[in-house]
Amino acid sequence: MIGEAVAFYVLAAITLASGVVVATSPNLMHSAIALVPTLLGVTGIYILLNAEFVAGIQVLIYAGGITVLILFVIMLTEGGTGLRVRQRNEQVAIAAAVSAAVAALFIALAGRTPWAQGAGTLPSYTPGAIGQNFLGPNLLLFEGTSVVLLVTLVGAILIARKEAGE
Amino acid sequence: MLLDWAYVAIFAIVGAGMVSLPFAIIALLSPRSSYPHKRETYESGMQPIGQAWAQFNVRYYLFSLVFVVFEVEVIYLYPWAVVARSLGPSAFYSIVIFLVILTLGLVYAWRKGALEWA
Amino acid sequence: MPWYVEALRAVVGTIVIFSAVAVVAAMFGVLLERKVSGWIQSRIGPTHVGPRGLLQTLADTIKLLQKEHVVPGNADPAIFASAVVIVPLAALLDYVVVPFGTTRWGPLVFRDLNIGVLYFAATSSLIVVGILMAGWGSNNKYALLGGLRSAAQMVSYEIPIGLVLITVALLAGSLSTVTIVTVQSHLWFIASQPVSFLIFLAAATAEVNRAPFDLVEAESELVAGYFSEYTGMRFALFQLGEYGEMFAMAALAVTLFLGGWHGPVLPSVVWFLIKLYALIFVFMWVRWTFPRFRIDQLLNFSWKFLIPLALLNLVVTAFFVMVVRR
Repeated sequence: MIGEAVAFYVLAAITLASGVVVATSPNLMHSAIALVPTLLGVTGIYILLNAEFVAGIQVLIYAGGITVLILFVIMLTEGGTGLRVRQRNEQVAIAAAVSAAVAALFIALAGRTPWAQGAGTLPSYTPGAIGQNFLGPNLLLFEGTSVVLLVTLVGAILIARKEAGE
Repeated sequence: MLLDWAYVAIFAIVGAGMVSLPFAIIALLSPRSSYPHKRETYESGMQPIGQAWAQFNVRYYLFSLVFVVFEVEVIYLYPWAVVARSLGPSAFYSIVIFLVILTLGLVYAWRKGALEWA
Repeated sequence: MPWYVEALRAVVGTIVIFSAVAVVAAMFGVLLERKVSGWIQSRIGPTHVGPRGLLQTLADTIKLLQKEHVVPGNADPAIFASAVVIVPLAALLDYVVVPFGTTRWGPLVFRDLNIGVLYFAATSSLIVVGILMAGWGSNNKYALLGGLRSAAQMVSYEIPIGLVLITVALLAGSLSTVTIVTVQSHLWFIASQPVSFLIFLAAATAEVNRAPFDLVEAESELVAGYFSEYTGMRFALFQLGEYGEMFAMAALAVTLFLGGWHGPVLPSVVWFLIKLYALIFVFMWVRWTFPRFRIDQLLNFSWKFLIPLALLNLVVTAFFVMVVRR
């Protein structure tokens, strides 16, 4: 229990700190590469929730695929030169005030919600259980996903090729 | 199961330490002398011309894009593979439909030249 | 067991695996490569250092350790430095799920994860990010181009590997590497899945940037590709990453197709090593036999040949598993 709590705090710290770098770094490449520890922190949190399969997928797709995609995109544009983007404008003070207010609101809400303490064990997130679910009750969802992927692929290729002037 | 991953975390941390160990040795052992020419990048023995970055072709992006879509397809196949033996023939046809739809995507990408390097 | 004993086991296991891989894969593997290439080219490899040249790589490592650390002027120091750690670390993380043998207390594996092969695929995909960082962080046109091409190549070959892993998981009914090996106690999967084995070998060769798919590292093309600007020990660490990944892929092939540690008389670890080195020899043999592919031939080979073939193989296997032999 203590180990899990410590692990959670460490992972949360890593995720948040890297997230701050992603959001505020003036160097686009640093920003993109800081995405990797952020995603790995989230992976750790998935593991703490007993969702090993989802954690594996997170690393495979996000850290291994999406990060590469984003890095390619950045290198295609001017960001690849390491150019520094201006991160602040004249409205920093107001933005900070609004952010603090919204954060206080969320924290108050989270504190007041009666989070249901589940009795019993978590549902099983093993690949076997997920597979049974996909090919059983949620079959239409599964097939629908393949259509969504097809549409994504077609759309992205169309847009990319139009940009390239084909 | 969490214990498994604690082991993996320790592996990663200790591993990172061990991989960084040679640098400590280098800091002790290696000579150090710095003059301006040493900091130039390598370009077959001549002065580097222009910036290190040039406008790269969109084909790199297209390859990684098609990769992400197919990798998502592959991860949908992992849970199915684990339980496939215990499901019936109807599940087989469901998977065939899934794979056919995605093969259509591959054919589209092929025909539209997204997989060409030229 | 109390937590400090578990932690100690983990740390000791890590040190053992890292040292073993560093010595066996990087040092011994490089020496083996030079010897094998020598034999294939009708010459002897290194013979001076140590008995029959066995200490050659040790000498090279000591030499590399005292090389000066040269960083190119405009290189990004943070990214330049972290890439050196990420590539070998991701390659070595692969070894967590490799079962080296079996003892009377259970299988000899660092940790038998439930998502074994998925974990292996995931850590292999982390190497690509490290390579892109190395290529970009060097502030060198050749390194960047090499890094981009290398990333495109590795990313293209991850899909055939994933499809082959799924096919084997289909036959074994589990993603755990230990289960996959145990299921092969009577018949190795290479007999029932020869096509998958060949696809895996081809894709693994490309994934590790080895010849004939080593366009991105060929000296005549791009100097040394993404690690052109790395000197001394950094270069050695990238080599550790590359050879470590090659050995990991070979170890996975042994686990998936050649029955892991099964074998009649000798202890299980010995059988594993014999099969591993047989595959490594095949990798090296292929390297010194075939000419290099062009980048477009390389990518076409993956997308237009290997992936359709792997998909077809998967459907046929699924047909037999799900419809015919229930």
